[in-house]
Amino acid sequence: MYCLITAEAAIFTIFVVAYLFYIGKSVTGPKPNDVLHAPVFYSVCLLASSLTIHAAVRKLVAGNMAAFARLWLLTIVLGGTFLYGTAREWAHLIVDEGLTVSTNLFGTTYYSLVGLHAFHVTVGLMALIIVALFYFAAQLRREHTERLEILSMYWHFVDAVWAVVFTVVYVIGV
Amino acid sequence: MSTNTSALSEAAATRPLTLRLHEWVTTVDHKRIGMLYILYALVFLVVGGIEAAIMRLQLIRPNNDLVSPQVFNQMFTMHGTTMIFFVAMPLVFGFANYLVPLMIGARDMAFPRLNAFSFWMTALGGLFLYFSFLGGDGLYGGGGAPDVGWFAYAPLTAKTFSVGHSTDFWTLSLLVSGIGSVGTAINIIATILCMRCPGMTLGRMPLLAWLNLTMAGLVILAVSPLTAAQLMLLIDRYLGGHFFDTQGGGSAVIWMHFFWIFGHPEVYVLVIPAFAFASEMIPVFSRKAIFGYPVMVLATVAIGFISMSVWAHHMFTVGMTSGANTFFVLSTMAISVPTGIKIFNWLATMWGGKIRFATPMLFCVGFLFQFLIGGLTGVTLAVAPFDWHLGNSYYLVAHFHYVIVGAILFAAFAAFYYWFPKASGKMCSEALGKLHFWLFLIGFHLTFDFMHIPGLLGMPRRIYTYESGRGWDIWNLIVTIGVVFQAAGILVFVANLILSYLRGKAAGNDPWDAWTLEWATSSPPPSYNFAVIPAVRSRRPLWDLKHPEDPDWRYE
Repeated sequence: MYCLITAEAAIFTIFVVAYLFYIGKSVTGPKPNDVLHAPVFYSVCLLASSLTIHAAVRKLVAGNMAAFARLWLLTIVLGGTFLYGTAREWAHLIVDEGLTVSTNLFGTTYYSLVGLHAFHVTVGLMALIIVALFYFAAQLRREHTERLEILSMYWHFVDAVWAVVFTVVYVIGV
Repeated sequence: MSTNTSALSEAAATRPLTLRLHEWVTTVDHKRIGMLYILYALVFLVVGGIEAAIMRLQLIRPNNDLVSPQVFNQMFTMHGTTMIFFVAMPLVFGFANYLVPLMIGARDMAFPRLNAFSFWMTALGGLFLYFSFLGGDGLYGGGGAPDVGWFAYAPLTAKTFSVGHSTDFWTLSLLVSGIGSVGTAINIIATILCMRCPGMTLGRMPLLAWLNLTMAGLVILAVSPLTAAQLMLLIDRYLGGHFFDTQGGGSAVIWMHFFWIFGHPEVYVLVIPAFAFASEMIPVFSRKAIFGYPVMVLATVAIGFISMSVWAHHMFTVGMTSGANTFFVLSTMAISVPTGIKIFNWLATMWGGKIRFATPMLFCVGFLFQFLIGGLTGVTLAVAPFDWHLGNSYYLVAHFHYVIVGAILFAAFAAFYYWFPKASGKMCSEALGKLHFWLFLIGFHLTFDFMHIPGLLGMPRRIYTYESGRGWDIWNLIVTIGVVFQAAGILVFVANLILSYLRGKAAGNDPWDAWTLEWATSSPPPSYNFAVIPAVRSRRPLWDLKHPEDPDWRYE
C-alpha cells in the first residue's frame, strides 16, 4: 500500500506542479480570488474522517464490533459529506460563475486537481462501503484488522492529499 | 496446478490443447507469467524490427519513395513506442518475475493475482496500440497509427493538429500498460522486502534482486508522471482543457518536462536490469565473486536517485535559462560517476579470473564494451553546447541505440542463453549461439557505429528522406546494410530457441556451476520452486554447499 501511495502521490505531484505553474497565467475568465470560497466545513469533515477511521480500527482490534461499526459508518458519512460539498461548490462554479474545465487555465487546472482528488475519495468511499456491507452480512471479524489497517492507510493518504490541495488551491493560489 | 511441469508434459498427450492454453491464460505462477512477458516481448521485437527495417529501407538512398512521409511518421513513432513499452519493459518485467522469487528462495511473488493482472494489462495495451493500424482509413489509407513521435510532443498532439485518433491510441495504450507496470513494480518491492528466505539479509541478496528493487522503485516514481501527463492530454483533447494550449496560456514545454520526468528514469528502468544480468553472469563466467558488492549496491541506488534529476538534458535545445541548462549538465555528468564505478567493478571481477567464453559471456563482454561507448557518447551529449548541434540528429539516435541495443539487448540475449536451460531444462546450441552473437555484433556495429557520422554531418532525425550532396548517402547505405546482419542474427536466435527447446541436451540443475539459489532446484523448477525453503549464510549459498571446506560466510 505504501508503494501504491507513493505512485499516486507522484501523479498528484504533477497535477499540483501544473496548478502552481499556471497560477496567474489565465488569459481570460474568472480568477480564483473572484469565485473561490474555501470549503472549510467540508474539509474539516474529511480530515475528521481520518480520526474516525483510526478510532474504528482501534475498536476492531479491541473486539468492540458495535463501536467499530458506528465509527466506520461515521467515516463514510463524513467522506460522503465532503463529496457533497465538492458537488455543491462545483454546481455553483459552473452554473453561477460560468467556470468550466475549458473556460481558462484556472478552470482546467482547478477541476483536474480537485476532480482527481474527488475521484480518489470516491474510490475510497466505495471500498469503505463494501467493508460496511461485509459487516452487515456478519462476515467481518477481528482477524480482518490488518486488511482494514491497510485500507485506512489509503484513506489517510486521501486526506493528506486534500491538505495539500486545499493549501495550494485556496491559500496559495488565491 | 501444483504438479511438476515435467509430469505435466507426460500427461500432455492426453490433455487437450484448450485445457493447456487455458492454464497459461489463467496462470498466476510467476514463472509462467515471466515467460508470457518474455514471449510477448520477442514477438514485438520482431514487429518493431520490421518497422525499423522499413525506415532504413526508405533512407537507404536520397529522395527515396518507398513509403510516404505520413507512413514514415507512423513507423518511427510505432518503432519507438513498441520497442520501449512492449519489448524492453516486458523483457525487464518478465525476467524479474521469473528470477526474483527463485533467487531469494520464495515460492512465488507477493501478489500472484496482481502479477497476472499486470501482465494482461500490458498485453492489452500493446494489442490496443497495434489496433490503431486498422483505425482511421484502415490499411488502405495507411491506418490511424500514432505518428506524433514516441514522446508525443505538444502542441502537435492537440485536437487541432492531430485530428484523428492516432494520438488517442498512443495515450490510452500507454495509460493501460502503465497501470500494469506499476502493479508489477509494487509486486517486486513487496516480494523482495518481505519474502526472502531465512538468513538472506538484504546484504546477502543476489545483486539481481537489489537492482530489480531499485528498478521497481524507479517505475513507481517515474511512470506516474507519464500517467498524469496523459490524463492532462486527454483533458486537453476531449474536455477543452488548456494544459498544453499556448493560445490559452498553457505551455507546450511543460509537456516536455512532464514527459521527460518519466522518460529519463524510464531508460534507467531498462538498463538497471541489464546491469543485474551482467552482475550475475560475469562472476560465474570469470569464476570469481563480484568485485565490490556493497559499492555496486550503493552505486545503483545512487544512479536511481540521480536519474530523477537529469530529465531536462532532453530539452537543451528548447531554450531554458542558462541556470537550468547548467544544472542539468552537471547532474547528467554526475550520473556517469556511479555508472563508471560499476563498469570498473565488472572489469575487476574479470581481472585475475578464469574466463570462460560461453555464449552468455560473449554477449556480456559485448554489453560491457558497448555500454561504455554508449555512455561516453552520452557524456558528450551532456555538454549542452555540444548538444545544441547534435541534439535530435542521428548522433543522438546512434547514442541511444548504442545503449538500448548494444547494452540492454545484448545483456538480455546473454540472460536468455544463461537462464534458458533453467526455464526449459535444455541447453542451447553453443554453435548457433555464437553464430547469433557474431552476426548480430557485425550488424549492430555496421548500423550504429556508422550512424554517428551522418549525425555529426548534420542529418536530423525523423526525416523521411534527404537530398543528395550532403555527404550522408554512403553512411545511410552502410547503416541500412547492417540491418540485414541484425535480422539474420535474430532469425538464428529464434531458431536456436525453438530447436534447443525441442532437441537440446538435458541441462540438469546447475549447468553453469553457478552460486545463486535458482540453480538449487530442478530445471525447469517445479511450480512450488523449492521442496524445502532453503536457509542461507552468505551471498553465494551454492558455493557454500559445493565447497563446505571453504565457505563464503567465513569471509563476508
